[in-house]
Amino acid sequence: MFGLGKRDFTLFLLVAVLAIFAPFILNPFPTDSAMAQFNAGYPDLMQRFVIFGILAIGFNILFGLTGYLSFGHAAFLGVGSYSAVWMFKLLSMNVIPAILLSMIVSGLFAVVIGYVSLRRSGIYFSILTLAFAQMSYNLAYSVLTPITNGETGLQITLDDPRLLGVSATADGGIPVTNLFGLEMRAYETVTMGPWEFQFSVGYYVAAIIMLASFYLSIRIFRSPFGMMLRAIKSNQNRLYYTGLNAKPYTLAAFVISGMYAGLAGGLLACMDPLAGAERMQWTASGEVVLMTILGGAGTLIGPVLGAGFIKYFENIFSKINDQVVHSWVSFLPDGIEDFVVGIIHPFVGKGWHLTLGLMFMAIVIFLPGGLVEGGQRIARRLRKRDGTKTETSTTPAE
Amino acid sequence: MDAIILQILNGLDKGSAYALIALGLTLIFGTLGVVNFAHGALFMVGAFCAVTLSRLLSLSHQVVDETRTDFLGKPLKVDVPYVMDIFGETTGAAIIDWAVPLAILFSIPVMIALGVIMERGLIKHFYKRPHADQILVTFGLAIVLQEIIKQVYGANPIPTPAPDVFKGSLDFGVLMGFDPNAIIYPYWRLVYFGFAAIIIGAVFAFLQFTTFGMVVRAGMADRETVGLLGINIDKRFTIMFGLAAAVAGLAGVMYAPINSPNYHMGMDFLVLSFVVVVVGGMGSLPGAVLAGFLLGILESFASMNEIKAILPGIDQIIIYLVAIIILLTRPRGLLGRKGVMED
Amino acid sequence: MGILEVKDVGKRFGGLQALSDVNLSVQENTVHAIIGPNGAGKSTLLNCLVGKLIPDTGSVMFDGQSVLGRKPYEINQMGISRVFQTPEIFGDLTVMENMMIPLFARRDGVFRLHAIQSVSAETDLITRAEAMLEDVNMLDKRHMHSASMSRGDKRRLEMAMCLVQEPRLLLLDEPTAGMARADTNNTIDLLKEIKATRPITMAIIEHDMHVVFSLADRITVLAQGTPLVEDTPENIKGHPKVREAYLGEHA
Repeated sequence: MFGLGKRDFTLFLLVAVLAIFAPFILNPFPTDSAMAQFNAGYPDLMQRFVIFGILAIGFNILFGLTGYLSFGHAAFLGVGSYSAVWMFKLLSMNVIPAILLSMIVSGLFAVVIGYVSLRRSGIYFSILTLAFAQMSYNLAYSVLTPITNGETGLQITLDDPRLLGVSATADGGIPVTNLFGLEMRAYETVTMGPWEFQFSVGYYVAAIIMLASFYLSIRIFRSPFGMMLRAIKSNQNRLYYTGLNAKPYTLAAFVISGMYAGLAGGLLACMDPLAGAERMQWTASGEVVLMTILGGAGTLIGPVLGAGFIKYFENIFSKINDQVVHSWVSFLPDGIEDFVVGIIHPFVGKGWHLTLGLMFMAIVIFLPGGLVEGGQRIARRLRKRDGTKTETSTTPAE
Repeated sequence: MDAIILQILNGLDKGSAYALIALGLTLIFGTLGVVNFAHGALFMVGAFCAVTLSRLLSLSHQVVDETRTDFLGKPLKVDVPYVMDIFGETTGAAIIDWAVPLAILFSIPVMIALGVIMERGLIKHFYKRPHADQILVTFGLAIVLQEIIKQVYGANPIPTPAPDVFKGSLDFGVLMGFDPNAIIYPYWRLVYFGFAAIIIGAVFAFLQFTTFGMVVRAGMADRETVGLLGINIDKRFTIMFGLAAAVAGLAGVMYAPINSPNYHMGMDFLVLSFVVVVVGGMGSLPGAVLAGFLLGILESFASMNEIKAILPGIDQIIIYLVAIIILLTRPRGLLGRKGVMED
Repeated sequence: MGILEVKDVGKRFGGLQALSDVNLSVQENTVHAIIGPNGAGKSTLLNCLVGKLIPDTGSVMFDGQSVLGRKPYEINQMGISRVFQTPEIFGDLTVMENMMIPLFARRDGVFRLHAIQSVSAETDLITRAEAMLEDVNMLDKRHMHSASMSRGDKRRLEMAMCLVQEPRLLLLDEPTAGMARADTNNTIDLLKEIKATRPITMAIIEHDMHVVFSLADRITVLAQGTPLVEDTPENIKGHPKVREAYLGEHA
């Protein structure tokens, strides 16, 4: 269906259902309950889930298929954001031209960076992309200030021309991003008993774009092009002697994946029209790598899972402070309670990055295939216990 | 002319730090074949060794000084460091003043232990894994190390002064016959450069003149053959990792007075040091040192106002630009061996 | 005029003259073997034919066109396929996927961005791939992960990948090196079958006399970088110079 095989279609449907019903699924706890802090169904957070999902899906097309580890993907994210904000400043607050421009500009960037970086492979490629990203970051902070507005970050103001829109709204405020009048920040709250669910325009716009991106990535994975990319990862020498030039294939993958990153950057700006250089920093590039590895590089669903997982835990973990931990373990005797809180303290709240780093190491060490591989292992074990000897088909990319 | 000499001198201290970190990276890559993204974190841990020692030495207890009064007219309470109790006031004060140089002694065992634990506990299991996995796991480790430091010492830079004797500056210009104040160079930077030169010399001498060093060099050239000779190369490589960690740590200890240590300094230096290694030639120790100083000096030239006027922003990107040009035109780097990791 | 004409080829590595005055003519639809002791320059010669090395002097013409200065993939597109000493296959891919890649290369050229339609929609190519696998008795293994196969199967797969491109010239670099006797015999049988069932030109570089004499129509003996003699297998067997230079070692 839709040109997808049965299993791929099921997977796509699953992701689509999860995305559409995310406001319900992510808000399982009643608003007033103690567990409400684990809810993640806020527009702002859900938008980040899907936007970083797009970023990771794109990164996976490069890293998962070809094995080229780019450490500079955040540069495209930043470029996308800057382009989108400029579109808001110059043209109109409609998100469509902004998204288009962010994809075009990041695509052009990717052509240049990719053309140079792909002259080398292995760790040299990683270091080259890292060098380009750091260069962009440094330039955004210094000489490119007229374009990037330096440390303050690029914002929309009342003086912007906005040729097809208005510089200021009727009541003198700064206009908001919209899709043909539908405001991105608008949302509807539905109350059902003790539960509250929020349905935001911005989230659904981003989610639809994410689904389109995901669909496209499935098509790429199953296409001759996707197969070539896997062949590049597997044996470049054989590819050369089979009459194929690996360079244009990897460059195409690099550019596609850069455009995905630009799209994600543009969408971030659509949800909150602000772009800063820190989005290009190499720690941000590391985060994308992390999401992809965590979910499972080279698998279809992995990057989406990884992005959701990291953004969810980032949000939840950083909200847990000492009081929250105390309230959990208050049943313990005082001394032990303090001790337990003391142990948990470094890993939550501001210590989230420590947990993240440890998790990252654990994944690379014990589960290089990420969550998807973990899931498969568990499924296999369960199947064995059942005694039914169903053959596990090893489709390399699921 | 004097401006050029000044820039060269200015480039030396950063260049020294690059060279020391790149030296360790190269040792690890050359011997173990591992790309260590956590090496910058070791530099940072070294700098915090200096912070730690200076804090330890300043640990004090309160004593009531009857001879002086505070603003309320009560007897003044003064903090007296324990070191002063033990060694007397003058010696104690001197020890506190000299905390950073003393931290060298303190940091060596700490860094070697950290390096050995890292190698035995983690890196060892990644020898046979792809480079991408090595990059990823050491990247994770770097995050962990820097977050631990952040939790213990906070996110703000911690000023860690050099001993008082080195606080002034040397007027180089007068020595060389220029006008006074034309070339001013802080003493501590001079010390740092000298220190780096000694460490680099010591590492090379160690590799050149000891049997241990000979085996390691042979191992860098051809690991399998040396293994066949029945020499336990693994054990030596573990020690080598400890040594590389110590070199990075020492570079960090002495850098603390130049740039107040903060938790992300390691990452900042790591990216540049990798670039240095690439420019010098992957696996070439002299290349790492040469490229370190070269890029340090180049960076300092690029930050001259005259040059920035012609090429705005060049100081921000010069190192990356050089690396890109080198990688594309001479992939093995300045002094790299032919055929080593060229593709 | 042969399909492959090597004229006066010379190649120097520093102080070593690896090849000098190599002249070779491979006729269409024959199996031409190039033999010689270790260090005779066989591999250097092969690398000059496939674009990995560029000779210092002389010319290499394939079907009237020079191959010199062309990239390996361009030379493959001219109709030359290559089998390596140790089988080079796409280990992460399944057998069937391994077969599809050379077919795409033959149909689409060095690069074409087919990013949307599915591989499974390419029914024509799939049929051809399956037919080829059938020919080498590997159809039942088509969904196998190719890295997990035996060395003999990998060799078969690699041959199938080359043959499915219908090359005009197939280059084989010591196809039985390091193989057990049984595997060697299987490979010989496979090559004989290929030779019998389709029009193909092969150039084999080989060490194993058994392989050479069971397959070759013509043999060139290379010694110290230069051809010693070129003749039919029967004549080569009895040639005194060859016995001295090469076969003598094995006597």
